[in-house]
Amino acid sequence: MIDPPRVELWAILPVLILFGGALIALLGAAFARRAAQAPFVLFTLAVLAAAAASALWLWDREPVTVLGGMASVDRLAVVATLVLCGIGALGAYLGFHYFEEDEFRRNEFYALLLFALGGMALLVAAADLIIVFLAIEVLSLSLYVLTALTFRRGPTEAAMKYFLMGAFASAFLLYGVAMSYGAAATTSIQGLARALTGTTGSQPLAVIAALLLVVGLGFKVSLVPFHMWTPDVYQGAPSPVTAFMSAATKAAVFVALVRVLDVAFVAQQWDLAPAIAALSAVSMVVGSVLAIAQRDVKRMLAYSSVAQAGFILSAFVQPGRDGIAAALFYVITYGAAVLGAFGVVMLISGGIREQTGFDRFRGLIRTQPVLAVLLTIFLLSLAGIPPTAGFVAKVLVFGAATSAGYWPLVLIGALASVAGAFFYLRIVALMAMRDPQGEDAADRAPLPRLVLAVPAAMIVVLGIVPGVIVPLLQEAGVLTW
Amino acid sequence: MDTMPWLTLAIAAPLVGLPVLLVWRSITDDAARWVGLAATLAAFAVSIGMLANFETGEAGFQMVSKHPWVESVGLNWFVGVDGFSIWLVMVTTFMFPIAIAASWKVEHQVRRYMAMALFLETVIIGAFLSLDLLLFFVFFEALLFPMYYIIGVWGSKRRIYAATKFLLYTMFGSAFLLVGILWLYVESGKQLGAATFDLTQLEQLQLPTGVARWLFLAFFVGFAVKVPVWPLHTWLPDAHTEAPTKGSVVLAAILLKTGPYGMLRFNLDLFPEASRYFATAIMVLAVVGIIYGAIVAMMQTDIKRLIAYSSVSHMGLIVLGIFAFSAESMDGAVLQMVNHGLSTGMLFLVFGMLYERTHTREIADLGGIVQVTPWLAGAYVVAMLSSIGLPGLNNFVGEFLVLLGTFSVDRVLASIAIVGVILSAVYMLWSYQRTFQGSLKERWGSLPDLSWREGAIVVPIVAVMLWIGLHPAPVLERLRPTSEEVSERVRAVQVGEPVEPLVEASAPTGEQAP
Repeated sequence: MIDPPRVELWAILPVLILFGGALIALLGAAFARRAAQAPFVLFTLAVLAAAAASALWLWDREPVTVLGGMASVDRLAVVATLVLCGIGALGAYLGFHYFEEDEFRRNEFYALLLFALGGMALLVAAADLIIVFLAIEVLSLSLYVLTALTFRRGPTEAAMKYFLMGAFASAFLLYGVAMSYGAAATTSIQGLARALTGTTGSQPLAVIAALLLVVGLGFKVSLVPFHMWTPDVYQGAPSPVTAFMSAATKAAVFVALVRVLDVAFVAQQWDLAPAIAALSAVSMVVGSVLAIAQRDVKRMLAYSSVAQAGFILSAFVQPGRDGIAAALFYVITYGAAVLGAFGVVMLISGGIREQTGFDRFRGLIRTQPVLAVLLTIFLLSLAGIPPTAGFVAKVLVFGAATSAGYWPLVLIGALASVAGAFFYLRIVALMAMRDPQGEDAADRAPLPRLVLAVPAAMIVVLGIVPGVIVPLLQEAGVLTW
Repeated sequence: MDTMPWLTLAIAAPLVGLPVLLVWRSITDDAARWVGLAATLAAFAVSIGMLANFETGEAGFQMVSKHPWVESVGLNWFVGVDGFSIWLVMVTTFMFPIAIAASWKVEHQVRRYMAMALFLETVIIGAFLSLDLLLFFVFFEALLFPMYYIIGVWGSKRRIYAATKFLLYTMFGSAFLLVGILWLYVESGKQLGAATFDLTQLEQLQLPTGVARWLFLAFFVGFAVKVPVWPLHTWLPDAHTEAPTKGSVVLAAILLKTGPYGMLRFNLDLFPEASRYFATAIMVLAVVGIIYGAIVAMMQTDIKRLIAYSSVSHMGLIVLGIFAFSAESMDGAVLQMVNHGLSTGMLFLVFGMLYERTHTREIADLGGIVQVTPWLAGAYVVAMLSSIGLPGLNNFVGEFLVLLGTFSVDRVLASIAIVGVILSAVYMLWSYQRTFQGSLKERWGSLPDLSWREGAIVVPIVAVMLWIGLHPAPVLERLRPTSEEVSERVRAVQVGEPVEPLVEASAPTGEQAP
């Protein structure tokens, strides 16, 4: 006797709203290619608001898996979806502002953004490795196209590179899924956890599977040595796309990593932790060191994002609630800071002209005080200097790693953040301590400044009273078995 | 029982000026200066209230206020004051209005300058009063940025290099400090049941001797960079030289004190055994710093560099006093922190006034200035005499106590340290002779003497110097109980004394002896 499958679509309502919105936006863009952007951006914001509201509605539900074990409804997914909607809204507005300057309208931007977000929202709710893979593909394909959206030579080349590297990553990921199936005869995340606990026979296979999954996901969050595409893509992509991509992808994929490492392969944590620690350490060191050598602010931020991925990963050597909360807090503050930083860069670099050399930032405190102050806040947070949220985030992830006994990793991380302070504050020094040079091409519109003040305020508030969300994040416990 | 939260007020007082400076963007330069001065004076007034409420003869923390801040992490707003910190807070709140008044002539981005200064004062006071390790670390780290900014924006020619060097050196030290703090935090979770950054609870941890020694070193490196202890001092001359006058004053008078303060408060308190174990080595480093700083100072041709190297020398004396572990030497060390703030602060101030007139720091360019500016020269002489420890002025008391306390512990090191004190008289007097005496160069013929404003800045410092020099009892009697208690606690510990082994912390493999 076969029970008819129960269709519990309510559980993935945010995903459905996002994909539905994306389809409508896509149709709109197809029929009104050259129409004004304003309705599109308003529609996008409305869709994001609806998705966020539906996610909130799920907050108080019992954590369960639904749709035949395909999606999980837990607070981790809810929190991550809310974060993604916030990032998406800021990204949509930045893109609106950016493309307004160009003579060609690109209304597909909103559809692609929503598709990417849909993929991410699916990823954070995934309860099965197949869904993880599908969601990664959806978000990646949207991001490839977004990267190339201006049809200029640089972005197209960047998108090509991103696509090729992404294809590799997918292969690793798929291989990992296959190995997982081999190890436990299931691809369900909870099923894996159940099957792998207490068994000894298939342990090596499980470890290999987990590592392959980490490699595949590591590509997406640019962990060393899977980071090669990052500087070119971050530099080549239009600034609002870079902003969105760097913040949202990291948030979504790290949540997926929580599900893989803290649930599916939690029984293998002792075998995996050294590998995680090693990946984290090399990412922090290599990212920081290479960032020092950059002369272009987008490339610098790209390498720095490699280092930041390493910092986040260091929380994963400590499985469990505190590690997850630390990683989530880090992802949120990093997202706000990096989105804001690229947003300011977009305004300073003359929009589509994308002039992002360091010289652009000389003496900015005098010509563009608001932008300079905003960027300073974002960079201080990335550097982890109090009283910004970045400092709290670093203390939390380092605290998690220390309590797992990985204090050498913490020491490496602390020293890497010294190197980080050097290159982040070099931009601050350029803005505050040098004389302005050349013409000032910065965007003068007031609204983007106001919008970018939102993440800046968030960083300062979370830096001073992190208590407002830390307990919430600790509650955002993941659905285990 | 006084219920005023004096300490929280003292920390917050400078901040009241900040919103004005940040929000009111069209504020005139003069108004911004007055806002800065008013806020720092308010902080001084609050600290006077704190001093008035301080119970003399008590060793422990007073006026403690503790509120949970981030409960889920165990972070508390936990502040308290004892004999050590009260004087450091006093010298901070005393020197800040003076430093602000001294930088009245800053023309460039005044509003921002004042805002940075106020933020800096808040975090420095916060660092001196925190009894929660993470809270302390937040303040300790937060003071880097405003200082970096002040040196980098308002400094002289090589300011960015100097600012970056300052930042990287001190952050490098703090990296170790952070690891140490987190280690204690995690350990407290295992031993006390709930992880905490609370200093008074962390004191109760039972640490294996080897671990405690490593942690001691992690803390020590973090603080030694700030002091700076030789050979970690190389950022200091650059930072001092390139910083604007007020920056140098703040750096010399106050910021450097966070290092030795951290050693006194955290190293001795948390790791008494390790403190004893490493004491001799640290005292040797301190004495090397005393002599090295003095000799290098003697060879400088740039007055600011000379004062900077004299700082290296004087700070060595403070570290020596701390790690001699006698009540006298600790009294002396804390008093020297205050004194060094006053006298080196004043040296930088007066030289800054001269620099505003001449725009040169080279000794060779100057000479004979005393003939045109007798008052300025007189002020410099007072600062200098205080710095070299003339009896009757403040430094004499501190140096005497440090040397006295050290002598009873280690005669050889104390004797060598005395040579450093003598050398400081040599380089100071020699530099004075070359700068102010001799034949007057024609281009300096029309230098103006001290203005009323400048005089008003100098007089209160001189008054305090004389007060401490002639009647140190009010300072010492508030200091003594704390010094005695800390000194006794550290001396009670035997080096190499085995710590009770932890019951469960080891043996993760599960192989228990039958």
